[in-house]
Amino acid sequence: MATKVLMPQLGESVTEGTISKWLVKVGDTVKKYDSLAEVSTDKVNAEVPSTISGRVTELVVPEGETVAIGTLILYIEEGAEAGEAAAPTAPAAEPTVPAAAPAVSASGLAAAVQAAPQPSRQEAAQVLASAPNAAKQRYSPAVMVLSQEHGIDLSRVTGTGAGGRVTRKDVQAIIDAGGQQPAADAQPAAAQTTAAPATAEAQPTPAAPVSASSAPAAPAAVSAGSGDEIIPVTPVRRTIASRMVQSKHEAPHAWTMVEVDATHLVNFRNQAKGDFARKEGLNLTFLPFFIKAVVEALKEYPMINSTWAGDKIIVKKNINISIAVSTEDALYVPVIKDADQKSILGIAKAVDDLAARTRAGKLSMDDMTGGTFTVNNTGSFGSIQSQPIINSPQAAILSVESIVKRPVVINDMIAIRSMVNLCMSLDHRVLDGLVCGRFLQSVKQKLENIGPDTKLY
Amino acid sequence: MAVISFIDAITMAMREEMRRDPNVFVLGEDVGVRGGVFRATVGLIEEFGEGRVIDTPLAESAIVGVGIGAAAYGMRPIAEIQFADFIMPAVNQIVSEAAKMRYRSNNDWNCPITIRAPFGGGVHGALYHSQSVEAMFTNVPGLKVVAPSTPYDAKGLLKAAIRDEDPVLFFEHKRCYRLIKGEVPEHDYVLPIGKADVKREGTDITVISYGLALHFCLQAAEKLAQEGISAHVLDLRTLYPLDKEAIAEAAAKTGKVLIVHEDNKEGGVGGEVAAIIAEQCLFELDAPIKRLCGPDVPAMPFSPPMEKYFMLNPDKVLEAMRELANF
Repeated sequence: MATKVLMPQLGESVTEGTISKWLVKVGDTVKKYDSLAEVSTDKVNAEVPSTISGRVTELVVPEGETVAIGTLILYIEEGAEAGEAAAPTAPAAEPTVPAAAPAVSASGLAAAVQAAPQPSRQEAAQVLASAPNAAKQRYSPAVMVLSQEHGIDLSRVTGTGAGGRVTRKDVQAIIDAGGQQPAADAQPAAAQTTAAPATAEAQPTPAAPVSASSAPAAPAAVSAGSGDEIIPVTPVRRTIASRMVQSKHEAPHAWTMVEVDATHLVNFRNQAKGDFARKEGLNLTFLPFFIKAVVEALKEYPMINSTWAGDKIIVKKNINISIAVSTEDALYVPVIKDADQKSILGIAKAVDDLAARTRAGKLSMDDMTGGTFTVNNTGSFGSIQSQPIINSPQAAILSVESIVKRPVVINDMIAIRSMVNLCMSLDHRVLDGLVCGRFLQSVKQKLENIGPDTKLY
Repeated sequence: MAVISFIDAITMAMREEMRRDPNVFVLGEDVGVRGGVFRATVGLIEEFGEGRVIDTPLAESAIVGVGIGAAAYGMRPIAEIQFADFIMPAVNQIVSEAAKMRYRSNNDWNCPITIRAPFGGGVHGALYHSQSVEAMFTNVPGLKVVAPSTPYDAKGLLKAAIRDEDPVLFFEHKRCYRLIKGEVPEHDYVLPIGKADVKREGTDITVISYGLALHFCLQAAEKLAQEGISAHVLDLRTLYPLDKEAIAEAAAKTGKVLIVHEDNKEGGVGGEVAAIIAEQCLFELDAPIKRLCGPDVPAMPFSPPMEKYFMLNPDKVLEAMRELANF
């Protein structure tokens, strides 16, 4: 079998050489290390030694031609005629051990060299293989930014990356296509600029809904029938949806309710409201009394005013009460800052101010952030019971239901009293029933003790 | 436009600058009669005489030191370090003197020296003729570090280095010398130091490299294009100070970045490039910033299989690029 002889490396930085003269011709017998050809490069002139003993069968490169290092230049038939001469020095069976380096670059070593980097690739493959879908919900910063800017629901995007990962290109393709995702995607810029600052920056927004029946953000493939109206999802709506899902998903909700005899409160408020309206130019509603009672009880049970933080629970020093304010199409939760430092008048003014500004779309970022506990006035639309969703990351939410006259038993006698239900959802990771029960009892007690001595200022 | 080799572009740049400005002169080991061990200065002594093409003793500290002195007096020395591996005795001169002269003299003195040094492996040069030493100098304010990868860039950047008013360390990958050929205009032109260059436009992954490795990246990109993977290839060209803007722009383009260099990985230029991207492009990134570099061993081994293992090649680069594209 003829063995290939390659152009050897003749010096550092030399990449090619010219066969200036062949010193052998076809049919010649050569011994290992015999000179085969004269080669010139721009650095040196040299002779190419034979790598084996044998007979020259073909000269591949003609004289005068310049070829790259490693190029095949001739064939030598191994062994033939040269047996006795070669025997003492080089066993015939030995594979060609090239004197010059380039032959080494031939296939034999490629395997050895390629084998080395292999393990790391295998490891990488194993990581992916061991968790086939682990990458699906690992979103890169670029994917997060794009999906948020364009309102794309990533759970509905099919990833083409490793392990089903959603890549930046996948998201970009949806944006470029414009149609795949809900209509809101199409004009994110417009939505953001036309909305008032408060709504545009809606992240810290809503939470306190009326009932637990809020729709999940991404129902599995719901199709619209003919005649159905399709309403594009606004950025605010989308934020509400995702915050609700997040809260329900992350915080195990427990629910409890107490009923409070609000007769004294009703009497007191009816008696004080005329005077109050004249002096303050403001209607005295029931809500400030409830908030006041909640705040005082929070002082007694600070655990309620806390938040779950994974490996720790953070008990908030400030008591900032989020209040749920509805508009026609959305729900906002502006915050009464440092509610524990406010009188009933102060709270009433804050509630009035925040409600007015919410409806005017003039809430600032500051108005929306920092809440530590939420009071939700579901009674304002006649509800008598509700299961609110916690305004994440707060630990609990309390809703104040309608005050209604009901027959109740007092001292074994039936009496007509103004009764109100207080419903509370709690994050069971942080809070247990006992502390919440005590907290609610405290709120109840404070409300039932309202009377002529209660201070409005 | 003539197609010439990388080393011929280097020679052309020096010859043109020596013709243009009588203050430009060359000094180094065997640069005169021998024309340089790589033949970079071939023909210069014949044209400009031994007064401007000076053979020096084997003393790198003296080669650079003499150059610094001459530069301070208004000359434009081009000091050749025969192999970048031999630059160590001159480090004190380069770092403590040349790089700091303008700063410590409150602008009274400057040091317009160009120090050329062939670096890199793949030529069976073993430990002392194969090293990549650039990372040692890319933390030295006052110094500029240039490492072109094409003949066109080599000529334009070397001329810029010679005309620069401050010291420039000019690394030439010795494997590129005769392997890489390209079109080089015969007229005078200068390329800006400190500017990276997009060598290939692409949309799937960004590859950032310099020197010989850049060519591996381009070859791999060519092959990957047939698989439908489009690679964006940025040539750093200047290693210090880095072209932060171009790096961020290239990284943001695809969000998937692979940095490739022959120098050891840990502490290499790629780490700084990655840091720039991490600082500026977090929200553009779609994958971890990856590096493909030489192994962290003291130097290039002599054994050919070991050298082959140490060296990057188009296949290794292609594998890393494909993996990133598939991420």
